[in-house]
Amino acid sequence: MSHQTDRPPAAGISRAEVAHLARLARLAVTEAELDTFAGQLDVILQAVARVGEVAAGDIPPTSHAVPLTNVLREDEPIQCLPRDEALAGAPDTVEGRFRVPRILSDEEDPG
Amino acid sequence: MAERAEPTELTRMTATGIAGLVAAGEVSAVEVARAHLDRIAATDQRVHAFLQVDTEGATAAAAAVDAARAAGAPLSPLAGVPVAVKDVFATRGLPTTCGSKILEGWRPPYDATTVARLRAAGLVVLGKTNMDEFAMGSSTEYSAYGPTRNPWDLARIPGGSGGGSSASLAAFQAPLAIGSDTGGSIRQPGAVTGTVGVKPTYGGTSRYGLVAFSSSLDTPGPCARTVADAAALHAVIAGHDPGDSTSIPQPVPDVVAAAARGATGDLAGVRLGLVRELAGEGAEPGVMAAFREAVDALTKLGAEVVEVSCPHFGYALPAYYLIAPSECSSNLARFDGVRYGLRTGDDGTRALEEVMSLTREAGFGPEVKRRIMLGTYALSSGYYDAYYGQAQKVRTLIARDFTAAFAQADALISPTTPFVAFRFGERTADPYQMYLADLYTIPANLAGTPAISVPCGLSGGMPVGLQVMAPAMADDRMYRVAAALESVLPAPAPPQL
Amino acid sequence: MVVRATVEPDLEDVVRRYEPMIGLEVHVELGTRTKMFCGCPTGFGAEPNTQVCPVCLGLPGSLPVANRAAIEATIRIGLALNCQVASWCRFARKNYFYPDMPKNYQISQYDEPLCTGGWLDVDVAGETGDTVRVGIERVHLEEDTGKTLHLGGATGRIHGATESLVDYNRAGIPLVEVVTRPVAGTGARAPATARAYVAALRDLVRSLGVSDVRMEQGSLRCDVNTSLAPVGAGEWGTRTETKNVNSLRSVERAVRSELIRQAAVLDRGERVVLETRHFHEEAGDSTPGRSKETATDYRYFPEPDLVPLAPDPAWVAQLRAGLPEPPREHRRRLQAAWGLSDVDMQAVLNAGAVGLVEATVAAGTTPEAARKWWLGELSRRANEAGVDLAEVGAGPADVAALQQMVDQGTLSDKLARTVLDGVLAGEGSPAEVVAARDLAVVSDSGTLIAAVEQAIAAHPEVAAKVRDGKVAAAGVLVGAVMKATGGQADARAVRELVLSRLGAA
Repeated sequence: MSHQTDRPPAAGISRAEVAHLARLARLAVTEAELDTFAGQLDVILQAVARVGEVAAGDIPPTSHAVPLTNVLREDEPIQCLPRDEALAGAPDTVEGRFRVPRILSDEEDPG
Repeated sequence: MAERAEPTELTRMTATGIAGLVAAGEVSAVEVARAHLDRIAATDQRVHAFLQVDTEGATAAAAAVDAARAAGAPLSPLAGVPVAVKDVFATRGLPTTCGSKILEGWRPPYDATTVARLRAAGLVVLGKTNMDEFAMGSSTEYSAYGPTRNPWDLARIPGGSGGGSSASLAAFQAPLAIGSDTGGSIRQPGAVTGTVGVKPTYGGTSRYGLVAFSSSLDTPGPCARTVADAAALHAVIAGHDPGDSTSIPQPVPDVVAAAARGATGDLAGVRLGLVRELAGEGAEPGVMAAFREAVDALTKLGAEVVEVSCPHFGYALPAYYLIAPSECSSNLARFDGVRYGLRTGDDGTRALEEVMSLTREAGFGPEVKRRIMLGTYALSSGYYDAYYGQAQKVRTLIARDFTAAFAQADALISPTTPFVAFRFGERTADPYQMYLADLYTIPANLAGTPAISVPCGLSGGMPVGLQVMAPAMADDRMYRVAAALESVLPAPAPPQL
Repeated sequence: MVVRATVEPDLEDVVRRYEPMIGLEVHVELGTRTKMFCGCPTGFGAEPNTQVCPVCLGLPGSLPVANRAAIEATIRIGLALNCQVASWCRFARKNYFYPDMPKNYQISQYDEPLCTGGWLDVDVAGETGDTVRVGIERVHLEEDTGKTLHLGGATGRIHGATESLVDYNRAGIPLVEVVTRPVAGTGARAPATARAYVAALRDLVRSLGVSDVRMEQGSLRCDVNTSLAPVGAGEWGTRTETKNVNSLRSVERAVRSELIRQAAVLDRGERVVLETRHFHEEAGDSTPGRSKETATDYRYFPEPDLVPLAPDPAWVAQLRAGLPEPPREHRRRLQAAWGLSDVDMQAVLNAGAVGLVEATVAAGTTPEAARKWWLGELSRRANEAGVDLAEVGAGPADVAALQQMVDQGTLSDKLARTVLDGVLAGEGSPAEVVAARDLAVVSDSGTLIAAVEQAIAAHPEVAAKVRDGKVAAAGVLVGAVMKATGGQADARAVRELVLSRLGAA
């Protein structure tokens, strides 16, 4: 897998970047947490950035630790969950569906 | 039956010993279960190994074994033996929290493959054991439900993330336990509690129903007080599962026979590689002293010990702390308060995005949040190649190091962990100090190779573990070596609780 | 499919100054029995959340296993689109939060699609040889999302809703995405080209039998990319992506309205904003949705729960060998075999009768007769009943049997229509209807001769005229015979009999 842009590892991570990451990850972190996490992530990132020291230009990446390919299932139906079991753990349901609060219209739209 | 074993004795027995008594009708499975449930009731206030004790379910499962025996049905080798299951495995109808508030009260509608295999083999599930939240940690201090204490010293950590499973063994609450090992979460708790912990070959045990932390690394495995017991449990849970695409469709190596062979104390013709990069750096002197004595013992058993070099192992920890958080940031996205688990802040005024964010903020602890943000960062388009992509290349190099080392030796050895159990709070202030606990265990996870931790003496009165690593799908080799070591260096008994 | 462009004057004006570029992303829901990564059934219209399991609900601990039939269907679509099939590729996770995605990531494919680099030849207008070769960028496989019901708003849309309800029955159904390369140089016929492409792709997928490709049920969904650049600019303009385009007609209208809108923006000296737009079927226009100026970071990475796909050449060759003749070639071959003009062939196509006529011919009927039945009587009946021709109640075997009886003289044309009534009423095959209703033509010569003799005797002056050579007068006698036999005689045979009895044959 390759991605379009490629920046070198950042020297540090800012408070604003941490706030952005928290938003991307749907974490309503507090102001105090922002300070703590910014400092801690900075230390961790500097430590893990050491992977960049390894000359690995032509080395293939390993995404899977097993040498398997084409693991496929036949197109045969199984028993579904009874609906009450499917819904049993949900915080809120209405008429057999999972209820959620209003979705902001500028939120991500799938497909 | 002439003599009836006392409950306290039952809790000190090996799993295979218990199974033999049950099979012979010397003791009922219900009595065995009750003895362990009583022991849990008597000790778990202090140890806190369990998040959930299933007295009713355990008793019923044990009664079913007794009924099957009475009916003359054949019993599988561990039928009637109690087992503690790490709370990261889905158990049908039994709360499964992963040590997190976000899953408090969730009762899965299905059993993990590992749990289903335990039940099918007549093992008696006692309950669910404590763990660092979503298996992220090395001390159980990150459990949302309070830490587990090390039975050797209640002021110290039992290791992590599977501290509950290992502590339950050291506290004689259970003869067997199930764990999951992503960077050392079975082996490191095994080492610091003086018990045996096994990370099988990745793909050798099914991940179906194991709540994912880092999918390409997570491996279910057995925990026990003896190598033979671990092998017997390994044989029950291992083997191909069509429900896990990464499950290897090959026969499981005969680990039970390998452990039996090792127990004879003969390692003639076995060549062991001492990994230069995993001996010394960051290790406490007491740990190294115990390790060296164990190496001497292995030599005396006939093994030839050679030094091997795995030059990229020094990069295993950084690579791991990019790959595991990246995968976890995606795996843990599903905890959003829509389909199961906690929902916070839905007061009728807030929009979904805000409710999701408040839910995740309230439901996850600090270490989980740190790793989610770290992984989100490492997968971002601007950083992917430098972080996640590069870590995966390092992973390839580490696997190549293993291949080269296994060309020189049948199995590799190292200390399991650089330091013995530390005191609570010692490493929580600086997250990276905690990460160092997994320094020696992580390479096997990155390569998908199996490894075992077996007790090898004490340092300052606390247990030390020796790690044996084997090539993928050659799990039997490490069992043989570990059993041989155990035969001359029996695990020290923990102090009375 | 051949579609004639109806060009509005202002579009002609637009393309004099701007060069349109279009691109299409078509999602095809596969008709596999089970979902992409679990064994839940895929039937349309089930009660909410009754076709779900731990995997497609994204329950903690559950794991995906890929459906072989879905992989094969995707490879077959790729091969039919002249694509290369990857020798090795992986699924990837596309990470974003949305409540209709149970895991908050979608298992999709990123930079390693299953099939790449093909094309589809599309007939845009009626004149032969007017063909556009649409380049295919990629064909990949992913999982569908659940369905969200928005409540509390005025329109059932997300905007203004107070809460939403989610049904995961659709979550995890295999979805094939076919992405074209940018299509340039079609000028004022860009809208018709877009429509013709989607129609051709639909026919192709349907011919493979891997999806029912029903746009109205959402099993074929289309996003349209559109841009304009000043003529001779040498580079493409900023594109927009129009979603919610749910019929062939809408494809054409969406492209046209967006080209005209963009031209107006550019004419005002403004710039086109990179955005997603939502098409409105009723109004025939679109409104802006999410801006794409700040690209969403989906944090793609290889799906660790699924191992790579490595279709070996023998497997691909086997799938290739099983491909049917492409619809376009198939139609051309039939047209030649049936000896039809373009206009006549177009009529068969428009009636949706190609396969029916083909099967009827295969059952022994002449192309001319088969076409006449399906485009005439049966089209009329289907129209009256308000059903598709294929569901009219009589099949190619019935039509072939009817025509055979007509050819043999067992049935008159009129009787054949009566028999058809019986077939459509569910009374059985034509032979069974004939037997049950006693509808066969009276061909017993004794009975007929008696009836003819009676008619001659009853109309001596008419008989005399015929004897004198006024053959046209014989109609009266034939009519009398037909009346006497209750219409169950073959009028031609009766006429010949009358003439020969009167020595006028």
